[in-house]
Amino acid sequence: MERKTKVNAEEGKQYLTITREFGLPIELLFKAYEDPDIVAQWMGTKVIKLENKQHGSWQFETSDAKGNVVFAAHGTIHEFIPGQKIIRTFEMLNAGFDVQLEFIDFEKLTADTSKLTIYTVYKTPQLRDEMLKLPFAYGINMAHDRLQAVQSQFIR
Amino acid sequence: MDLRRDVFQAIADPTRRAILTLVAVQAMTPGAIAEQFDSSRQTISKHIQILTECELLTQEQNGREIYYHFNPQKMKAIADFIEPFRTMWDDRFNKLESIMKKYKTKK
Repeated sequence: MERKTKVNAEEGKQYLTITREFGLPIELLFKAYEDPDIVAQWMGTKVIKLENKQHGSWQFETSDAKGNVVFAAHGTIHEFIPGQKIIRTFEMLNAGFDVQLEFIDFEKLTADTSKLTIYTVYKTPQLRDEMLKLPFAYGINMAHDRLQAVQSQFIR
Repeated sequence: MDLRRDVFQAIADPTRRAILTLVAVQAMTPGAIAEQFDSSRQTISKHIQILTECELLTQEQNGREIYYHFNPQKMKAIADFIEPFRTMWDDRFNKLESIMKKYKTKK
Protein backbone atom coordinates (compact mmCIF):
# COMPACT_ATOMS: atom_id res chain seq x y z
CA MET A 1 0.00 0.00 0.00
CA GLU A 2 1.60 3.21 -1.13
CA ARG A 3 0.54 6.41 0.54
CA LYS A 4 3.43 8.55 -0.45
CA THR A 5 3.30 12.28 -0.33
CA LYS A 6 3.80 13.83 -3.76
CA VAL A 7 5.14 17.29 -4.46
CA ASN A 8 4.63 18.78 -7.88
CA ALA A 9 6.67 21.94 -8.45
CA GLU A 10 6.90 22.88 -12.11
CA GLU A 11 10.05 24.70 -13.05
CA GLY A 12 9.83 28.46 -13.15
CA LYS A 13 6.33 28.60 -11.65
CA GLN A 14 5.31 30.36 -8.44
CA TYR A 15 3.08 27.60 -7.17
CA LEU A 16 3.33 24.02 -6.07
CA THR A 17 1.00 21.17 -5.21
CA ILE A 18 1.34 18.67 -2.38
CA THR A 19 -0.91 15.60 -2.49
CA ARG A 20 -1.31 12.71 -0.11
CA GLU A 21 -3.76 9.88 0.39
CA PHE A 22 -4.55 8.82 3.93
CA GLY A 23 -5.90 5.60 5.39
CA LEU A 24 -8.33 7.74 7.36
CA PRO A 25 -11.98 8.66 6.97
CA ILE A 26 -12.28 12.23 5.78
CA GLU A 27 -13.74 13.35 9.15
CA LEU A 28 -10.54 12.29 10.93
CA LEU A 29 -8.30 13.86 8.32
CA PHE A 30 -10.17 17.14 8.65
CA LYS A 31 -10.07 16.93 12.44
CA ALA A 32 -6.27 16.75 12.27
CA TYR A 33 -6.39 20.21 10.68
CA GLU A 34 -9.13 21.55 12.92
CA ASP A 35 -8.11 20.52 16.44
CA PRO A 36 -5.29 22.74 17.80
CA ASP A 37 -3.88 19.99 20.03
CA ILE A 38 -3.66 17.54 17.14
CA VAL A 39 -2.19 20.16 14.78
CA ALA A 40 0.48 20.84 17.40
CA GLN A 41 1.38 17.15 17.51
CA TRP A 42 1.89 16.45 13.83
CA MET A 43 3.25 19.87 12.88
CA GLY A 44 5.65 19.76 15.81
CA THR A 45 4.86 23.33 16.81
CA LYS A 46 2.94 25.15 19.52
CA VAL A 47 -0.46 26.39 18.35
CA ILE A 48 -0.96 29.82 19.89
CA LYS A 49 -4.16 30.56 18.06
CA LEU A 50 -6.36 28.72 15.56
CA GLU A 51 -9.69 30.34 14.76
CA ASN A 52 -11.39 27.97 12.36
CA LYS A 53 -13.77 30.35 10.67
CA GLN A 54 -13.94 32.81 7.83
CA HIS A 55 -11.85 35.87 8.72
CA GLY A 56 -10.31 34.00 11.63
CA SER A 57 -6.58 33.95 12.21
CA TRP A 58 -3.96 31.46 13.31
CA GLN A 59 -0.54 31.58 14.89
CA PHE A 60 2.14 28.90 15.42
CA GLU A 61 5.33 29.17 17.40
CA THR A 62 8.16 26.72 18.07
CA SER A 63 10.73 27.22 20.79
CA ASP A 64 13.94 25.35 21.45
CA ALA A 65 14.76 23.73 24.79
CA LYS A 66 16.03 27.07 26.12
CA GLY A 67 12.81 28.84 25.27
CA ASN A 68 14.14 30.76 22.26
CA VAL A 69 11.59 31.06 19.48
CA VAL A 70 13.05 29.25 16.45
CA PHE A 71 9.97 29.31 14.24
CA ALA A 72 6.97 31.60 14.19
CA ALA A 73 4.27 31.73 11.55
CA HIS A 74 0.86 33.30 11.24
CA GLY A 75 -1.94 33.91 8.78
CA THR A 76 -5.63 34.47 8.29
CA ILE A 77 -8.34 32.05 7.28
CA HIS A 78 -10.25 33.07 4.20
CA GLU A 79 -12.58 30.12 3.99
CA PHE A 80 -13.31 27.20 6.31
CA ILE A 81 -15.72 24.50 5.15
CA PRO A 82 -15.58 21.41 7.42
CA GLY A 83 -14.75 18.22 5.54
CA GLN A 84 -14.13 20.14 2.33
CA LYS A 85 -11.63 22.95 2.30
CA ILE A 86 -9.58 25.55 4.05
CA ILE A 87 -8.20 28.61 2.29
CA ARG A 88 -5.63 30.52 4.33
CA THR A 89 -2.54 32.65 4.16
CA PHE A 90 0.77 31.56 5.67
CA GLU A 91 3.70 33.73 6.57
CA MET A 92 6.82 32.93 8.52
CA LEU A 93 7.92 35.78 10.74
CA ASN A 94 11.37 37.31 10.27
CA ALA A 95 12.19 34.93 7.45
CA GLY A 96 11.95 37.28 4.46
CA PHE A 97 9.72 34.94 2.48
CA ASP A 98 6.63 37.09 2.20
CA VAL A 99 3.15 35.68 2.50
CA GLN A 100 1.87 32.61 0.63
CA LEU A 101 -1.69 31.56 -0.17
CA GLU A 102 -2.78 27.99 0.58
CA PHE A 103 -5.79 26.13 -0.82
CA ILE A 104 -6.23 22.97 1.25
CA ASP A 105 -8.72 20.53 -0.24
CA PHE A 106 -10.11 17.46 1.52
CA GLU A 107 -11.59 14.71 -0.58
CA LYS A 108 -13.37 11.52 0.42
CA LEU A 109 -12.12 8.46 -1.48
CA THR A 110 -13.82 5.59 0.35
CA ALA A 111 -15.35 5.26 3.82
CA ASP A 112 -11.87 4.75 5.26
CA THR A 113 -9.60 6.66 2.90
CA SER A 114 -9.27 10.29 1.97
CA LYS A 115 -7.08 12.60 -0.05
CA LEU A 116 -5.47 15.90 0.81
CA THR A 117 -4.39 18.42 -1.84
CA ILE A 118 -2.52 21.57 -0.89
CA TYR A 119 -2.06 24.13 -3.63
CA THR A 120 0.30 26.89 -2.51
CA VAL A 121 0.91 30.15 -4.37
CA TYR A 122 4.05 32.17 -3.65
CA LYS A 123 4.80 35.77 -4.56
CA THR A 124 7.49 34.83 -7.10
CA PRO A 125 9.03 31.63 -8.55
CA GLN A 126 12.26 32.57 -6.79
CA LEU A 127 10.56 32.68 -3.39
CA ARG A 128 8.96 29.32 -4.06
CA ASP A 129 12.32 27.79 -4.86
CA GLU A 130 13.88 29.33 -1.75
CA MET A 131 11.05 27.84 0.29
CA LEU A 132 11.61 24.45 -1.34
CA LYS A 133 15.27 24.65 -0.39
CA LEU A 134 14.61 25.38 3.28
CA PRO A 135 14.30 21.76 4.41
CA PHE A 136 17.37 20.97 2.34
CA ALA A 137 19.41 23.66 4.09
CA TYR A 138 18.10 22.99 7.57
CA GLY A 139 17.33 19.33 6.98
CA ILE A 140 19.57 17.86 9.60
CA ASN A 141 18.59 20.33 12.31
CA MET A 142 14.91 20.01 11.63
CA ALA A 143 15.01 16.24 11.53
CA HIS A 144 16.74 16.25 14.89
CA ASP A 145 14.25 18.68 16.43
CA ARG A 146 11.31 16.76 15.03
CA LEU A 147 12.64 13.50 16.37
CA GLN A 148 12.94 15.02 19.82
CA ALA A 149 9.47 16.49 19.57
CA VAL A 150 7.97 13.15 18.58
CA GLN A 151 9.79 11.35 21.36
CA SER A 152 8.63 13.81 23.99
CA GLN A 153 5.05 13.31 22.81
CA PHE A 154 5.24 9.57 23.14
CA ILE A 155 6.90 9.73 26.54
CA ARG A 156 4.20 11.99 27.87
CA MET B 1 24.97 24.63 -2.85
CA ASP B 2 25.97 27.38 -5.23
CA LEU B 3 25.93 25.06 -8.19
CA ARG B 4 22.47 23.84 -7.30
CA ARG B 5 21.16 27.35 -6.96
CA ASP B 6 22.55 28.12 -10.38
CA VAL B 7 20.67 25.18 -11.83
CA PHE B 8 17.47 26.58 -10.38
CA GLN B 9 18.18 30.01 -11.82
CA ALA B 10 19.04 28.46 -15.15
CA ILE B 11 15.70 26.72 -15.49
CA ALA B 12 13.74 29.72 -14.20
CA ASP B 13 14.07 31.34 -17.64
CA PRO B 14 11.49 30.30 -20.28
CA THR B 15 13.92 30.57 -23.22
CA ARG B 16 16.42 28.35 -21.44
CA ARG B 17 13.70 25.82 -20.70
CA ALA B 18 12.75 25.87 -24.39
CA ILE B 19 16.40 25.25 -25.32
CA LEU B 20 16.52 22.28 -22.93
CA THR B 21 13.35 20.86 -24.46
CA LEU B 22 14.84 21.11 -27.96
CA VAL B 23 18.19 19.62 -27.07
CA ALA B 24 16.59 16.85 -25.00
CA VAL B 25 15.12 15.47 -28.24
CA GLN B 26 18.40 15.56 -30.16
CA ALA B 27 21.90 17.02 -29.86
CA MET B 28 22.11 20.34 -31.71
CA THR B 29 24.67 22.89 -32.88
CA PRO B 30 24.41 26.44 -31.47
CA GLY B 31 23.36 27.66 -34.92
CA ALA B 32 20.53 25.14 -35.17
CA ILE B 33 19.33 26.08 -31.69
CA ALA B 34 19.41 29.82 -32.47
CA GLU B 35 17.34 29.27 -35.64
CA GLN B 36 14.44 28.11 -33.48
CA PHE B 37 14.19 31.47 -31.70
CA ASP B 38 13.42 35.06 -32.65
CA SER B 39 16.07 36.35 -30.25
CA SER B 40 19.51 37.32 -31.55
CA ARG B 41 22.14 34.66 -31.88
CA GLN B 42 24.16 36.37 -29.14
CA THR B 43 21.25 36.16 -26.72
CA ILE B 44 20.77 32.47 -27.42
CA SER B 45 24.50 31.93 -27.15
CA LYS B 46 24.43 33.51 -23.68
CA HIS B 47 21.58 31.20 -22.63
CA ILE B 48 23.51 28.18 -23.92
CA GLN B 49 26.55 29.34 -21.97
CA ILE B 50 24.56 29.53 -18.72
CA LEU B 51 23.05 26.08 -19.31
CA THR B 52 26.52 24.68 -20.03
CA GLU B 53 28.06 26.31 -16.95
CA CYS B 54 25.59 24.60 -14.66
CA GLU B 55 26.04 21.33 -16.60
CA LEU B 56 22.49 21.03 -17.89
CA LEU B 57 24.07 20.95 -21.35
CA THR B 58 27.31 19.24 -22.33
CA GLN B 59 29.44 20.01 -25.39
CA GLU B 60 30.71 17.53 -27.92
CA GLN B 61 33.16 18.49 -30.67
CA ASN B 62 32.25 16.79 -33.95
CA GLY B 63 34.64 17.90 -36.71
CA ARG B 64 34.31 21.67 -36.95
CA GLU B 65 30.94 21.72 -35.25
CA ILE B 66 30.09 21.78 -31.57
CA TYR B 67 27.02 19.80 -30.58
CA TYR B 68 25.11 20.37 -27.37
CA HIS B 69 23.68 17.43 -25.48
CA PHE B 70 21.14 17.41 -22.69
CA ASN B 71 22.45 16.12 -19.35
CA PRO B 72 19.65 14.17 -17.61
CA GLN B 73 21.74 13.63 -14.45
CA LYS B 74 21.60 17.32 -13.77
CA MET B 75 17.84 17.41 -14.13
CA LYS B 76 17.76 14.61 -11.59
CA ALA B 77 19.74 16.88 -9.25
CA ILE B 78 16.85 19.35 -9.50
CA ALA B 79 14.36 16.63 -8.65
CA ASP B 80 16.54 15.59 -5.70
CA PHE B 81 16.42 19.16 -4.51
CA ILE B 82 12.70 18.87 -3.88
CA GLU B 83 13.16 15.56 -2.10
CA PRO B 84 13.97 16.96 1.40
CA PHE B 85 10.88 19.20 1.16
CA ARG B 86 8.77 16.21 0.12
CA THR B 87 10.24 14.09 2.92
CA MET B 88 9.43 16.81 5.45
CA TRP B 89 5.75 16.72 4.45
CA ASP B 90 5.75 12.93 4.18
CA ASP B 91 7.05 12.73 7.77
CA ARG B 92 4.41 15.19 8.97
CA PHE B 93 1.61 13.35 7.21
CA ASN B 94 2.81 9.94 8.45
CA LYS B 95 2.63 11.39 11.93
CA LEU B 96 -0.81 12.86 11.27
CA GLU B 97 -2.01 9.46 10.06
CA SER B 98 -0.69 7.54 13.04
CA ILE B 99 -2.06 10.10 15.52
CA MET B 100 -5.51 9.94 13.96
CA LYS B 101 -5.51 6.13 13.81
CA LYS B 102 -4.91 6.07 17.56
CA TYR B 103 -7.54 8.77 17.99
CA LYS B 104 -10.01 6.57 16.15
CA THR B 105 -9.40 3.55 18.36
CA LYS B 106 -9.55 5.66 21.52
CA LYS B 107 -13.05 6.84 20.73
